[in-house]
Amino acid sequence: MKKILELHDITREFQMGSEIVRALKGVSFDVFAGEFVTIMGSSGSGKTTLLNTLGCLDKPSSGTYLLDGVSVRERSRDELAKLRNEKIGFVFQAYNLLPRTSALENVELPLFYNPTVTAAERRERAAAALQAVKLGDRINHMPNEMSGGQQQRVAIARALVNEPVMILADEATGNLDTRTSYEIMALMQDLNQNQGKTIVFVTHEPDIAAFSSRTITLRDGRVVKDQVNQQVRSAKEMLAALPQTEDYHV
Amino acid sequence: MKILNLIRLALLALQRNKLRAVLTMLGIIIGVAAVITIGAIGAGSTTSVHNSLSSMGSNLIMVMPNSNAPGGARLQGANVETLTEKDLVALKKETTYINAISPSSQSKGQAINGSLNWPTTIEGVNQDYLAIKNLSLKDGKMFSDRDVHTFGKVCLLGQTVVDNIFPKGVDPIGKIIRFKKIPFQVIGILNKKGQNTFGQDQDDIILAPYTTVQKRVIASIFFGSFNASAKSENLSQAAADEMEKILRKTHRLRPSEENDFTVRTQAELIQTLSSITTLLTALLTAIAAISLVIGGIGIMNIMYVSVTERTKEIGLRMAIGARGRDILSQFLTEAILISVTGGLIGILIGETLAFVIAHALKWEPIIDKASIMEAFGFCTLIGVFFGYYPALKASRLDPIEALRYE
Repeated sequence: MKKILELHDITREFQMGSEIVRALKGVSFDVFAGEFVTIMGSSGSGKTTLLNTLGCLDKPSSGTYLLDGVSVRERSRDELAKLRNEKIGFVFQAYNLLPRTSALENVELPLFYNPTVTAAERRERAAAALQAVKLGDRINHMPNEMSGGQQQRVAIARALVNEPVMILADEATGNLDTRTSYEIMALMQDLNQNQGKTIVFVTHEPDIAAFSSRTITLRDGRVVKDQVNQQVRSAKEMLAALPQTEDYHV
Repeated sequence: MKILNLIRLALLALQRNKLRAVLTMLGIIIGVAAVITIGAIGAGSTTSVHNSLSSMGSNLIMVMPNSNAPGGARLQGANVETLTEKDLVALKKETTYINAISPSSQSKGQAINGSLNWPTTIEGVNQDYLAIKNLSLKDGKMFSDRDVHTFGKVCLLGQTVVDNIFPKGVDPIGKIIRFKKIPFQVIGILNKKGQNTFGQDQDDIILAPYTTVQKRVIASIFFGSFNASAKSENLSQAAADEMEKILRKTHRLRPSEENDFTVRTQAELIQTLSSITTLLTALLTAIAAISLVIGGIGIMNIMYVSVTERTKEIGLRMAIGARGRDILSQFLTEAILISVTGGLIGILIGETLAFVIAHALKWEPIIDKASIMEAFGFCTLIGVFFGYYPALKASRLDPIEALRYE
């Protein structure tokens, strides 16, 4: 199996006034292609710092981090931007879609920063990505014309469009109700199981972690638990088992 | 990033806030329109001044008597008696840059025809005078060289004089009028010329041979002035210098003595008046340019607000692969698009206004391609200059903090 992420003894220190805060104190783990990993931890566990490091938004103070075989620590700001563009698809808690911009144009956005993609190809790939998250009929809708779940699906399409090696989700279901978050998790599971996408999902909800194939738990900047889920729950089945609600109609 | 992509991204961003983009443009639109309109009005008025002075003869050179007495009472130019027939002969013979020269002796008096009379001026000139002053005959003929030599009592009338001393429907040609009790036969009528730049009626005049005026009307051998025409407008200064030299010689002035005459060219006058309008235009354009700069500051202000407001968007763009320079280019492109679009609209409005004003004032509408290019270039510069710092600020944001910005 190909290693997508290799972390070895990662530390990250911040200078806060005269104090040095050690957010990560030597984190090591590998993630293989096709895995669905959740990273759990309470606030202050170093979860966010780890996410920023994994996402190439931040560089570790020491240790080695290889993303798809590329060492991140020696990279410049511009090279990190290129890595993020080519290898990572971000999904955020607050969706982070551009307002007053159609779903298609939102999904096209990462391809603008990829100089190898032509304008025609950009449109085609964005439409295909929206098709993949089952929003093919809503490509011209604005974010404010869509439900939270639909907006998050647009964000997932945006993460998929540049064919990254890993989807990095940060509390991606945090703003959604149970039914919708199950829908999103069902989509994630589908991408992982049927299309072989590697997914790293940062969350603090154990409920969500149950859908992944492996859970890494952080506490005080260290990995305290790293276990493979023996019984992966199917989000699709959970969704089917939910009683019909009258909250809204799609 | 490709230019086309940049423009597309910038357009998408501007579209999201159309009203703001348009309001920001307004400063530039007004500034550019003001610069263009004022520039066109300035150019138009300069041309109009030039044209009206040229109609008096743009090659015209005037020689006026002047007192050079070092002390005592200084007399008014017209009462100083220094220009004589001898000067005229010398000038006619020795100058190389002039086509024609005519003396002028003026006298004010009453022109009388039967029961009608009119206070006017008689001007004694020679037969070249019409050509020198750009005058033309409406009827009749100019007096001849022979009339000049024989002190002929003939005259030409300006339209104002005709209107005042001849009843409607009467042909003045061949009629006898009296000026200061001296009878003159009318042999021609001048075409109407209207007021000159200084508001003087150029048709309130009687022209007669200078010899006649000198001998019979004012009883003086001196001339009030000379009018000459240079071979071209460009040669008028050379001609004036040459005439000065000749007159100094005939007046036997020692090098230490000042001129007892003054030589002026029409070109000089045109230049003086043009320089006044040019100065005024420059002044007004400068004020308009200030409004353009204020428009630029408006862009800077809005771009700063926009960068702050769109911090989260900038964070997202960075997270999905935008480099600092991509963000910089995008915000810079937005600023340039605003200023250039504003500039184009401003040029359109400015040219339309200039055209309407020129039409209303009956000037030739002047569309100056150079000023359009300048305005366009200036707008781009303003966009770059005032857009740069906000764009730089955006490009230097930390993606992590920008993403968490609320």
